[in-house]
Amino acid sequence: MSTVTKEQVVRWLEATAAVLAANKGYLTDLDSAIGDADHGTNMDRGFKKVMEKLPTVADKDIGNILKTVGMTLISSVGGASGPLYGTFYMRGGMAADAKEELDAGDLINVLQGAVDGIIQRGRAQPGDKTMVDALLPALAALKQAVADGQELPAAVAAAVAAAEQGMKDTIPLQARKGRASYLGERSIGHQDPGATSSHLILNALLGVL
Amino acid sequence: MKKLINAVPDVVKEQLEGMAAAHPDLIKVHYEPDYVYRADAPVAGKVAIISGGGSGHEPMHGGFVGMGMLDAACPGAVFTSPTPDQMYEAAQAVNSGAGVLFLVKNYTGDVLNFEMAADMAYAEGIPVQNILIDDDVAVKDSLYTAGRRGVGTTVLVEKIVGAAAEAGYNLEQCADLARKANSYGRSMGMALTSCTVPAAGKPIFEMGDDEMEFGIGIHGEPGQKRMKLIPADELTDMMAKEIIHDKAYSRTVRELVDGQWVDKELVDEPFKRGDKVIAFVNSMGGTPVSELYAVYRKLAEVCAAEGIEIVRNLIGPYITSLEMAGMSITLLKADDEILKFWDAPVKTPGLRWGV
Repeated sequence: MSTVTKEQVVRWLEATAAVLAANKGYLTDLDSAIGDADHGTNMDRGFKKVMEKLPTVADKDIGNILKTVGMTLISSVGGASGPLYGTFYMRGGMAADAKEELDAGDLINVLQGAVDGIIQRGRAQPGDKTMVDALLPALAALKQAVADGQELPAAVAAAVAAAEQGMKDTIPLQARKGRASYLGERSIGHQDPGATSSHLILNALLGVL
Repeated sequence: MKKLINAVPDVVKEQLEGMAAAHPDLIKVHYEPDYVYRADAPVAGKVAIISGGGSGHEPMHGGFVGMGMLDAACPGAVFTSPTPDQMYEAAQAVNSGAGVLFLVKNYTGDVLNFEMAADMAYAEGIPVQNILIDDDVAVKDSLYTAGRRGVGTTVLVEKIVGAAAEAGYNLEQCADLARKANSYGRSMGMALTSCTVPAAGKPIFEMGDDEMEFGIGIHGEPGQKRMKLIPADELTDMMAKEIIHDKAYSRTVRELVDGQWVDKELVDEPFKRGDKVIAFVNSMGGTPVSELYAVYRKLAEVCAAEGIEIVRNLIGPYITSLEMAGMSITLLKADDEILKFWDAPVKTPGLRWGV
């Protein structure tokens, strides 16, 4: 029976902060092609704040930790990604209420809540060239792998692979949400920065399992 | 990057400190979370008008805080929307009990953050309404995009609705007037150069010496199309006609009604011969006022030929994109109610008359 422990959740958040800091320039470059050149800077600022807050809640349950991450991102990131990723962690945290560890079913519930939250807040559909295009395939792959009886690291690896494919699949899409949508056909040929950060976040989870 | 800054992380804070030092009679500044608010807030019995958005558009919005315009403004990082805690705490600080109207430019970040702030204010028992400003005719459809951006009309709506609140309009009346004034306003912008966000350190896009970007928003994002530079008259004629001949525009907006977000279908009617308008020629920051007058000269000519009567005008840098060279044109149909509130006294750092 494989689980994600609370310590692993904390390390996942630390790894997320590190990978977003390392990819700050990359995400901002992607965003400058079709957005407003701030995605990397904003995510890095948000997760630096998360790192300041994390020690104060690291002994709380996983739901509490994730909700604190969500609140911190909402009040520090701004832009569209602040409310969207803030809602992602808030709703993920609500699905992990009072949990000290997550089994496969719990992890599915967390990701389901998180993705539902993003869709509700941003009202993006699959194919709109947003983070949803990485997250929905990842959720589907996670469910499928668990249903097939795979252990957690393998199931998360399947989710990450699906997120990566979804991220790459945003390249030929024409954006229909956010600032990129104003470019019309000129948004085609560029990878979506939000889908890219979503892949990085899920990949950071795989790294700590 | 050549800029008059000290350290990149301090850009917004030092600007706010400068504003507070320059205008202590008009405004105060709260830090962490950051917001600019009227020195005499809350004003008893008055609906509070709040706006906000990324920094880099000065004097909007902080420069429009004061008597007859905004009660508070929430500045985000440069070209990044502010956060809900700023808006919520600003609302708490300036709410007199008559409620708060959030004027929100239609950019996804601004919209989402103000929606969260409205949820928080409503939960605390503050009467609150969100009205979207979406006037940019460069965006043709709302089905395959995030809808028209909020640009030049924002300045005019803040002035008009600010005066109405000062005159005693209640929250619903302020919201109705804001919705109407937005539906009467249309804008179009263009850029001659890119601009540099301090945190990025390099221009947002590259542009050749003989090129211009047509149909831009206000965040340095690329516009509708890249074109060869054309003379001012030809450009003004093209932009004015895009605005004047723009067809009816419909879209679905989300407004807060009794704590629930409900979709509303709104339609902007096109201009017609005989309409009276307020004409606003705005610099994106780098274009001098002399060139704006050259544009206005042609704009007045085109409007006259199209049967549109300019009854008021505003010319200058009011909604900018850092040091970008370029300009925008806004026409806003002016009925008696709108003209009365446009002419009403205003006393803010960025706009002042009648006092």
